[in-house]
Amino acid sequence: MDLAYSPKYEAFREEVRAFLTKYKSQAPKGLGAAGRPSPEACSWQQLLIQHGYAARTIPKDYGGYGAKPDILESRIIAEEFSAARVPSALQNQGISMLVPTLLELGTEEQKKKWVKPTLRGEVVWCQGYSEPGSGSDLASLQTRATVDGDDFVINGQKIWTSTAHEADMIFCLVRTEPDKPKHEGISYLIFSMKTPGIEVRPLTTMTGHAEFNEVFFTDVRVPKTQIVGQRGQGWFVANATLKHERGMLGDPAAMETRFQALVDLMHEETVDGQRAIDNPIFRDRLVRLQAELAAMKFNGLRLLTSASKGEDPGLARLIVKLQSCELTHQISALAIDVMGELGVLYDDSPYLRSHGSWQWGYMFQLGLIIGGGTAQIQKNIISERGLGMPREPKLAK
Amino acid sequence: MEFALSEEQRLLQDSVRRFLEQNSPLDKVRLAAGNTHTVQRSLWAGASELGIPGMLIPEDFGGMGLGFLDAAIVYEMFGRYVAPLPFLGTAVMAPLALMLAGSEAQQEKWLPKIAAGEIIAGVAVTESIGVREGAGVKAGKGTLTGKALFVVDWAEADLYIVADSDHGFHLVLPDAKGLSRRALDTIDKTRSVGELVFDQVSAEPLPRSSADAVARVIDAGRVMLAADTLGAGQMMIEKAVAYAGERKQFGRVIGSFQAVKHLCAEMAAALEPSRSLVWYAAHALDEVPGDARLMACHAKSHLSEVGRFVARTATEVHGGMGFTDLLGLHYWFKRIGFDRQLLGGPELVRLEAAHLQGWAA
Ligand SMILES: Cc1cc2nc3c(=O)[nH]c(=O)nc-3n(C[C@H](O)[C@H](O)[C@H](O)COP(=O)(O)OP(=O)(O)OC[C@H]3O[C@@H](n4cnc5c(N)ncnc54)[C@H](O)[C@@H]3O)c2cc1C
Ligand SMILES: Cc1cc2nc3c(=O)[nH]c(=O)nc-3n(C[C@H](O)[C@H](O)[C@H](O)COP(=O)(O)OP(=O)(O)OC[C@H]3O[C@@H](n4cnc5c(N)ncnc54)[C@H](O)[C@@H]3O)c2cc1C
Repeated sequence: MDLAYSPKYEAFREEVRAFLTKYKSQAPKGLGAAGRPSPEACSWQQLLIQHGYAARTIPKDYGGYGAKPDILESRIIAEEFSAARVPSALQNQGISMLVPTLLELGTEEQKKKWVKPTLRGEVVWCQGYSEPGSGSDLASLQTRATVDGDDFVINGQKIWTSTAHEADMIFCLVRTEPDKPKHEGISYLIFSMKTPGIEVRPLTTMTGHAEFNEVFFTDVRVPKTQIVGQRGQGWFVANATLKHERGMLGDPAAMETRFQALVDLMHEETVDGQRAIDNPIFRDRLVRLQAELAAMKFNGLRLLTSASKGEDPGLARLIVKLQSCELTHQISALAIDVMGELGVLYDDSPYLRSHGSWQWGYMFQLGLIIGGGTAQIQKNIISERGLGMPREPKLAK
Repeated sequence: MEFALSEEQRLLQDSVRRFLEQNSPLDKVRLAAGNTHTVQRSLWAGASELGIPGMLIPEDFGGMGLGFLDAAIVYEMFGRYVAPLPFLGTAVMAPLALMLAGSEAQQEKWLPKIAAGEIIAGVAVTESIGVREGAGVKAGKGTLTGKALFVVDWAEADLYIVADSDHGFHLVLPDAKGLSRRALDTIDKTRSVGELVFDQVSAEPLPRSSADAVARVIDAGRVMLAADTLGAGQMMIEKAVAYAGERKQFGRVIGSFQAVKHLCAEMAAALEPSRSLVWYAAHALDEVPGDARLMACHAKSHLSEVGRFVARTATEVHGGMGFTDLLGLHYWFKRIGFDRQLLGGPELVRLEAAHLQGWAA
């Protein structure tokens, strides 16, 4: 156990700090989690890439900075940006899911064409996986692509497609081999959202915002060259992406920021003149969450160490999505309870606290518990892969 | 930056694991549990050969001079095998009190004996955390009067370290005049606690006592109890998973029922991050003074909650069998239950954590 960074890393930290001091004033207010980045956000992202604080380990040829992967350097960058309250590199589905997939399995031409503009925030992607009939059981998806000359012709429907209404491009799973077993008949295609035959209908979520969409495909023609990996290999290509998506969730620094906001809230909100922090029941809940947060934070450090040594951390990694989504939700739940009646105010109501961000978060974070592999699916994975328990018996066809 | 056990620590933990696996299997634990207030001499002698009683004691006094993380991973193994041994008081809290507050003469006299495994040292600090039953010990001139409850490693102690109500530690010999002792039988038959009643008992103060020293001894004890629960909880999960893989009902192993799988997943998901918390809390006791108290509170209270969940859930997975004495699963259940209440239950400890951060008046 050695929580200090070696001099080499401390020197690196100084570099990051010097960068932040020099450029902090140019940083945009926020980058937003999804959607199309503003022009300011794009220039900031490009400045970050130029200095190696975004796309750090992606080869220069593809528009990255080209550094050797070093997980501790990445961690230091994240720590310093968070401490300086400066927005760090863009995070969206294109950058966190499509880019790693293309780098691993794309053709040279695909990498050359798409990685750079995606990294720079110029091309926005959406993920077309889920369908009305295929959520947790993604491999049962039914959107069909048939071959006609040099094209695939796509018919079907996707749903829950985040940012589809703003996206330039989609990475999409389609069934190309309907006669093969379900995992072997899928292909992974990338194509423009402007292709004729695509219709996007926004879906309003419980937060009241249209955070995702339905996407309909009617005779959408996509050149055969726009497949990633082989025909029928789409499931394995997609799993490479899902692997990256799971890594995206459960960021302890973000949870700590929410927790600190909750502590502040509890020092401000009063009932009968008593601050929430002085209410023993609320306070007990707060400290309980703090301990859970500490456990997740140190679990994160443990994962970092295993990653830097190339070891498989096993259970310590498999539990992250389940535990962090739940904890994040619990933090919001306590904030709502602390506010009491004020905790159900919404929209632009008088007396609304923090622009309703706790209320929005309490609902949105439930979406995170469901999206990207539900809590139940996580428990299946933990018990089967982590604990070696029997898989679900297959139903007779 | 390395958040992991070192190679030496893994070896240490493995050697303790092997030692307990061989020397303290369940049938031995059962025998010991019939004599809670008797020290398992030969087992303790074996542990002493591994250096366990002196692990925290400096080499100058015949110990191994190791740190709290080492002690925590050892006690984790004790929890794993529900080892009926006087580790908490004798190997951790008593030597720590002597090192923090004892005079050189006291240290020279007692630490080598503890390190050699020659003596058992009980520790009385419960009333520094919370007073029940009108207990509490007042110090007079060279004497103690009052009552101490839940004295750790009470049985056959050759020496007691007693905290008074004024943050003073004292050495008391078991045959001192005016001292009466009563065993307290708890659900956990693998560890002995008892009561000491003092009527003008002559006692030797530890001259460098302070509120901080008392607090630190309690912090260390709390981290150890958290580690014990971690080990016991881990074993309960492993037993539940193994049982579920063998037991058949409705023509299937019960481990193929999703209801059972999800119970196991929930246990693992709760316990796995706790491991890192215990590691850090133990590490902080040595290396991060500013974090040590708060993290000891977090480790103690969090493992208490996770432990309770794991203990009841793993029992449930065993069905009626879990409820019986046949498998002995209840030894782990009770060990975890004991760890939760000793040195402060979670609500009490969280209140302390709030105080530490200025969140409570
Ligand atoms: C905020 C949000 C954003 C999303 N963004 C995208 C996106 O950009 N692109 C995209 O393709 N998809 C997206 N999704 C879809 C998401 O991946 C699915 O919602 C998710 O996989 C669950 O599928 P479902 O909604 O069809 O639920 P279902 O699979 O129908 O599940 C319903 C319930 O049944 C349970 N269940 C299902 N199967 C099992 C099983 N085997 N064992 C036990 N319980 C089971 C589930 O846990 C759940 O509780 C998003 C979802 C949300 C909430
Ligand atoms: C206090 C006590 C008193 C009792 N008294 C009597 C008595 O007087 N007479 C008598 O005949 N019996 C008695 N029993 C036995 C009792 O009825 C059984 O213990 C109970 O039915 C469970 O069966 P089991 O112990 O074999 O557990 P199992 O059936 O082996 O169950 C083990 C675990 O698997 C789970 N499980 C099993 N099947 C499924 C499934 N299909 N889906 C999901 N989960 C499943 C269970 O919920 C449990 O968690 C008593 C039990 C207890 C604890």
